[in-house]
Amino acid sequence: MFEVEEKTRVDAIDRTLYDFKDKLDPAMIVNSGLTEKVVRQISLEKEDLEWMTEFRLEALKTYNSLDIPTWGPPIDGLDMDNIITYVRPKGEMSAKWEDVPEDIKNTFEKLGIPQSERLSLAGVGAQYDSEIVYHNVRKEVEAQGVIYTDIESALKGDMADVVRSHFMKLIPPTDHKFAALHGAVWSGGSFVYVPKGVSVEIPLQSYFRLNAPGAGQFEHTLIIVEDDAYLHFIEGCSAPKYNIANLHAGCVEIFIGKNSRVRYSTIENWSKNMYNLNSKRALVEEGGIIEWVSGSFGSHTSYLYPMSILKGDNSRMEYTGITFAGEGQELDTGAKVIHMGRNTSSHITTKSISRDGGKSNFRSEVKITREAENSKSAVTCESLMLDDQSRSDTIPVSDIRNSKVDIGHEAKIGRISEDSIFYLMSRGLSEDDAKALIVGGFAEPIAKELPVEYAVEMNNLINLEMKGSIG
Amino acid sequence: MALLEIKNLKVAVEDKTILNGVDLKIEPGEIHVLMGQNGVGKSTLVSAVMGDPSYEVEGGQILFDGEDITDASPDERARKGIFMSFQNPLEIPGVTMENFLRTARGSIRGTKEKIVAFRRELEEKMDALGMDHAYADRYLNVGFSGGEKKKAEILQLLMLQPKLAFLDETDSGLDVDAVKTVTEGIKHFHNKENSLVIITHNASILDGLDVDKVHVIGKCKILRTGDRSLIDRINEFGYASVTEEV
Repeated sequence: MFEVEEKTRVDAIDRTLYDFKDKLDPAMIVNSGLTEKVVRQISLEKEDLEWMTEFRLEALKTYNSLDIPTWGPPIDGLDMDNIITYVRPKGEMSAKWEDVPEDIKNTFEKLGIPQSERLSLAGVGAQYDSEIVYHNVRKEVEAQGVIYTDIESALKGDMADVVRSHFMKLIPPTDHKFAALHGAVWSGGSFVYVPKGVSVEIPLQSYFRLNAPGAGQFEHTLIIVEDDAYLHFIEGCSAPKYNIANLHAGCVEIFIGKNSRVRYSTIENWSKNMYNLNSKRALVEEGGIIEWVSGSFGSHTSYLYPMSILKGDNSRMEYTGITFAGEGQELDTGAKVIHMGRNTSSHITTKSISRDGGKSNFRSEVKITREAENSKSAVTCESLMLDDQSRSDTIPVSDIRNSKVDIGHEAKIGRISEDSIFYLMSRGLSEDDAKALIVGGFAEPIAKELPVEYAVEMNNLINLEMKGSIG
Repeated sequence: MALLEIKNLKVAVEDKTILNGVDLKIEPGEIHVLMGQNGVGKSTLVSAVMGDPSYEVEGGQILFDGEDITDASPDERARKGIFMSFQNPLEIPGVTMENFLRTARGSIRGTKEKIVAFRRELEEKMDALGMDHAYADRYLNVGFSGGEKKKAEILQLLMLQPKLAFLDETDSGLDVDAVKTVTEGIKHFHNKENSLVIITHNASILDGLDVDKVHVIGKCKILRTGDRSLIDRINEFGYASVTEEV
């Protein structure tokens, strides 16, 4: 299906579905820019414990001491002096949708969040700008000892010590500049705790909505899964489009106990003024499994490479990702894995689509330590470019420190052939439908890894991206 | 009124003239056979009628149901009721045959196909062609053998029910039994309202079909038109025997 030059073009997209804006009506908002005063103000507003205030200030120092990374896509459009790091929405967090302020509730209803909760989720968290506005978990799941709450409550609740001893331990503020930024101004996010032997049969979901123009969202998701347990966590994100830069620098830290499995699915659909500089990391103990499923559609610029540390013997990771870059977007995505245990394995499978001058880069790093004998790693990436202006680069890095390993890398880059389009058109499909079908088929292996509603959403997003749908 | 009328058609590929003045008329219910040596432009004619953008129509007219479709896009032509089976059907990864066919028929008929009823109908037609139902759930033509691809094309014909179908060497590369199955499929499809144009080098695909006209293409045009007996002469004495006396 690849080969022939592609000549026709697809219309620009419409993302009305995600693009509605609420009037900015926060309970509290800090001045733009990042100073000690702002950080102290956030800390005070959030009623941080003393150690957290110190932690933030220390992270701020680290932030100021680190340079902006130069190895990735340009981020000079992002000026921290213009970013508002904290916007508290109206109302208190609630476990009842009725209590959520009307306009915020409408937002989440348009995004289908309460509907999905009723249908297919064990628990839902919804964050609006800097704070979680809704958090609820099904009684039967709670009865299993599962904790799913906003992270602020967790930091002061029964498990405060556990949360403190894990918070930013996997991704310390010293890791990189935006991790330091996160440490200084983080707000919102979820805490999940799954006790030993508990299998959470239906997924939990957190949804992050950034409404305020020029603002940043810095939610922190901390997941601790004890031994012999299972969890599927879904994360969704979106924002309306503004003319000024918004920033997302969240952190996800996942601790996976022995023989446990965690699946972490994300559909990210930020608006195209967003700088998405997100960090995700999992630490996997013996026999444990981390499965990342990741769909990146939005943002102006993304740096996103979930990292898995296969610490225990026989631990495994699977990463399945898709990235769709349109006009003006540069999405630099991929995965990192460190094999430390023996007999560990990693599978990275990605697809990328670029169109209208969009750039989609695949970046991976596979590191196998001296001790990690009999480890296996397979990296496969496929890119589809829909026109001559678009770009796709593949940057795979391997660092192998022992000889008893089995590693493979495969990369394919192609275009939609005119012949395939003609074939489908000869069966009655319009040119746009033909292309959308081909692109949808290209994405299908990823779509089938997603929860059904998200697979549908992904297909809708592809259709949105492929055809200028009517608002 | 003729179902298809081609008037003085001139077609070029990459600036090379392949057809230079083809006239052809097909009435509803007719079966035509198109013959000719390799490379004379049989497939070019079919592709031009279907609207393949890699073929440039330099002159002439194509009328379908009395309407000029010379400049229509391939999907418009498909929606009006034209179909061609491909010699080399394309593989579309990630799109199941069922999903593809349901989408295609929905586009052609402008209706939303009912999932269960459509599946039932698809399975019936697959049975008629001796195709395993599992093919419905496989990605379109991906990993199909040559014979399976050809059968899948006939399955598409049966599901899409066009008014006019071009079958371009659908029998090539098929074993005897598979050719019979394809012929059965064609019989299943054909009725008084719809027409077929079959391109073949081999008479066995035509067994039991009521062939109305046979055209021999050569030297950029239709050199000779006759009845079924032309096929036997060609098979016995070669193309020269029917074209040189013209």
